[in-house]
Amino acid sequence: MFTPATESFIKQAREIQEDELQRFYGRVSKHLLQSPKEGGEVVDSLQRLHLIVSATKYVRTLPPDFSKKLQTLLCSPSCPEQFQILSSAILRESLPLSLHSLSSELSQDSRTLSYMASVILSQAGSKEDLLPLCQHLLKSLDSRQPRGSGYQTHTSYSLQDLQLLSKLANTQHPVNLVSRKLADWLRYASVHQGASMSSGGIFHQSQNTSGKEQPALMIEVDGAVAGDFFTVLCVGQSYTEDQWMNMYTFSMIRKWLLTYDAEGTSNTESDDRSEVDSSVMSMVSATSSSSRLLPPKERLREKAFEYCHRLIEQSDRKALKRTDAELQKACLVESVAIMDIICSEDASYVYRAFPCIKALYGRLSADLGSARALLPIAQFYLNHSEMAAVDSEAVFCHLFSRFPAELFNEPMLAFEFVQFCLRNVTVLQDKVAIYRHSFPNLLKFLAWNSPGLISEYVELLPSLLAPETAIELLHTLLDLPCLAAALDLQHRSACYPVQDRAVWDQQGSKITASLDAFRQPSYRGLFLYILRPESGTGDTIDRLNTLHKALEGMVESPRVVHCAQIVPVLLHVYFNTVTKMADEKLISQFLMVLLERSSLLYNIKNFSTEVQRVFSMHLQTLCKLHPPLIVDQYKELLDFASTTTSIYSKEHFYTHVVWVIGEYLSVAFDPRCTVELITSFFEGLEAVLFEITQVRQSANPPTYSPHLLTVLMTALAKLASRSQDLIPRASLLLSKMRSFARSGPVTACFSEEDSEEIITRAHELINLLKLPNVAQFVLAPSARGESPRWHRDTNTGLPQRMRAISGLLHNQSSFLPA
Amino acid sequence: MVVCFLIHTVGALSPCESRVLYSRVFGVEEEDEELSGELEPEKRRLARKERLGVVARQVRSAVCLSREASGSVCVEAVLGEEAVALGEAECGVLSLGRGEPFAGPSVALWLGVQAMAFTMVCQPHENLLLAEGTLRNLTRHCLEELRLLGTGSEVLLKSDRVDAMLQRLLPHGQLLFLNNRFAQNLDKELSSYMSK
Repeated sequence: MFTPATESFIKQAREIQEDELQRFYGRVSKHLLQSPKEGGEVVDSLQRLHLIVSATKYVRTLPPDFSKKLQTLLCSPSCPEQFQILSSAILRESLPLSLHSLSSELSQDSRTLSYMASVILSQAGSKEDLLPLCQHLLKSLDSRQPRGSGYQTHTSYSLQDLQLLSKLANTQHPVNLVSRKLADWLRYASVHQGASMSSGGIFHQSQNTSGKEQPALMIEVDGAVAGDFFTVLCVGQSYTEDQWMNMYTFSMIRKWLLTYDAEGTSNTESDDRSEVDSSVMSMVSATSSSSRLLPPKERLREKAFEYCHRLIEQSDRKALKRTDAELQKACLVESVAIMDIICSEDASYVYRAFPCIKALYGRLSADLGSARALLPIAQFYLNHSEMAAVDSEAVFCHLFSRFPAELFNEPMLAFEFVQFCLRNVTVLQDKVAIYRHSFPNLLKFLAWNSPGLISEYVELLPSLLAPETAIELLHTLLDLPCLAAALDLQHRSACYPVQDRAVWDQQGSKITASLDAFRQPSYRGLFLYILRPESGTGDTIDRLNTLHKALEGMVESPRVVHCAQIVPVLLHVYFNTVTKMADEKLISQFLMVLLERSSLLYNIKNFSTEVQRVFSMHLQTLCKLHPPLIVDQYKELLDFASTTTSIYSKEHFYTHVVWVIGEYLSVAFDPRCTVELITSFFEGLEAVLFEITQVRQSANPPTYSPHLLTVLMTALAKLASRSQDLIPRASLLLSKMRSFARSGPVTACFSEEDSEEIITRAHELINLLKLPNVAQFVLAPSARGESPRWHRDTNTGLPQRMRAISGLLHNQSSFLPA
Repeated sequence: MVVCFLIHTVGALSPCESRVLYSRVFGVEEEDEELSGELEPEKRRLARKERLGVVARQVRSAVCLSREASGSVCVEAVLGEEAVALGEAECGVLSLGRGEPFAGPSVALWLGVQAMAFTMVCQPHENLLLAEGTLRNLTRHCLEELRLLGTGSEVLLKSDRVDAMLQRLLPHGQLLFLNNRFAQNLDKELSSYMSK
């Protein structure tokens, strides 16, 4: 592991002085001149040199002749591989650039070429730099000469870099050439086992042959003799070169098909145009018998299709080794994806593909272990089921109702599932009804792994919003940490059986208490609700409080805390999206939810504060959008505003509620706003202000912030200015503020400036209320329609206006009517 | 195709840092071509190193958060217990957006083994099942050949071994569909390389 010794190595490598480094180059140079093939010392110094050049992010420049020596080492096939690797690594990380000199002496030996290519690729700055390499590769691909020694040719890289080639070359020729080779490798690799290396070239005896020396046939992963052409799921003692190429080809065919099929097929310079007219052939391509005559791209498609078909069949066999079983799953994913690409390019393949895919789905749907293989199948259905007139509802039902509920704790599946949703979000939103209804299920992935998936869900959330389920979604988001806690308990409960009490108790007494609650029948309904798979069974439950208490033991669990941290982000996304689509009725309902839930939140540290902050911000937005809201929900608002205890648990939100009341409760916004209504709100707020500003010897110091006081006072003044009978009462209350602010407990608690501000504000308001008509103008809500003039904006303009008026009153009191 | 492979630390140093012990970038960063043609080689290399640092730090936070959430206790395994260490390793995946830090969007697959992480950054739409298998295979080889559970510094000084592994198991960043026999053949070659 990472030790101080390792750290010091890195430091030394970074801080080596230039002269010492030059001496080191010299030493290594000399070593290389001597026989490079012996001496662990040479290897050692090269390894140290590699560390020196790679440990720092600032590039080191080698002396040119030294660089040349390394290049020579790299380019000679007779050099031991270790030297080639080290030279390649050192040249990659340092200057001067070797790519041009290497490009001019490209080797025929495949291993050497591979290491040279890695340097060229890493140093290439433009397409032109790669041209020599690509041309060399193309030439070697075209030639019939056997390449390489021993095992493998590693021309796999050539297959990818030929993609680069075709961007440089303007003809279809390279693409067609490669496509032809790929098709041959895929389909026509030998089915016999290669010469076994250990026995020096003696073929194994096959059981069925008598006397004749015949190479044995390849075997399937379950031990049976291979029945058809060679694929990556065929096993043998050793492999021939074309079989290795078969494996390499399949490994990169998907990328190849994606890159080349995406480009247009028309090209006037192609040599192969004369062979066949592609427009005619595409109609005939449904049958494979005429495949010899197909143009190279179409032929490759055909061969790839057959290969995938065979792989899907081979994946049904029960593999003897675990690596093979895992490979089968990977092959399934790849094959279905390739078939999907082929069908998108050529719709005639859909009819051939669907029976196979449908059968595969039938085989896999019952097995949760194959869940990851079902995602490409679902993608296939999404892309092609309409064309084939196949019903895909069952597939999506299975996907959205089972996977999230039972596999929420698998990080890879969760990621792939969410990526699937993101990729297809428009189609899912419009055409797959169960997608939106399954949001409780879909959120389980997020609840379990909040930090890992939050960025995806920020994008996904708008698609889950529908007017019918908007309120339920809001409640679900607010209870997301509860969901996280419940999932955690469900997971632990499954892992540790009740009988194993010792393990159970080890988890800590708090968690144990919650675990016990999870298992109790009386709480069953609550947990079933929170863990529900589909929406539509009710916006929320009555006994939410009970659920929160039952889950109290989990409030410090890291998973729950992580989840709580992302909820405000989601709420912002939610409100930003929903305000665009919501009608008045829905907005009213939102207000209800905000008021209700502000005190009904899972008790995680800071969670309540953060959520309230979001609520406050969006309360203002909602009211601005639809001011009659205040009158619509006046009962609940009045209740909320008149409850003094609200201050102590949710001061920030309460302050905003009071502000909103003062701002929007007016006839200007809603004709239904009567004098009685204004009076009842006034009385409610008056009572609260009175209660919190009692000046008694035994009174407790204020636990709220001064801001609350100023907002309350201003709101009261605003209401009074709209119903002028209330002005005397307002004035009376405000006049008490001075003595309150000067009282002992208050001066101890609030700062000097804050106390002054309270007194000044009270004074200004009293003065303002002496002139009711002026007050009405000053304290009136801002005009509809934004204009960026600060003196008109209510928030910023009001203090200024009031000061101005106060000033006027002071200076020119004799000129104004009494 | 795999964009890069990293071995880096998680946990030993200060909260934000992750020391990259081995890194290998594959292929050409195609989408960067308009930019990279104008930059000098030094700046290109510097940018590349910094990008790798960004990935390492992001994976480090992901590993730490994942370990915190699962509450798993790290049992220190020693040399010889590589299979145990691998069995207890956490696996995870996170997506890297456009420009964060590579030009195109990519997916970082990670395996956290005690105080180290092995990260493989793939292009989007890669076969993640195959990538996961390959990553585990590579990690197993690294743990064994570089003696990472011990106190030595082979990871720095014997990095050619990792290059040899990558040459066979992930040639130029290409993920391979290896059945047990192909894998065995490659393992045999690797052991003959290591024994020299």
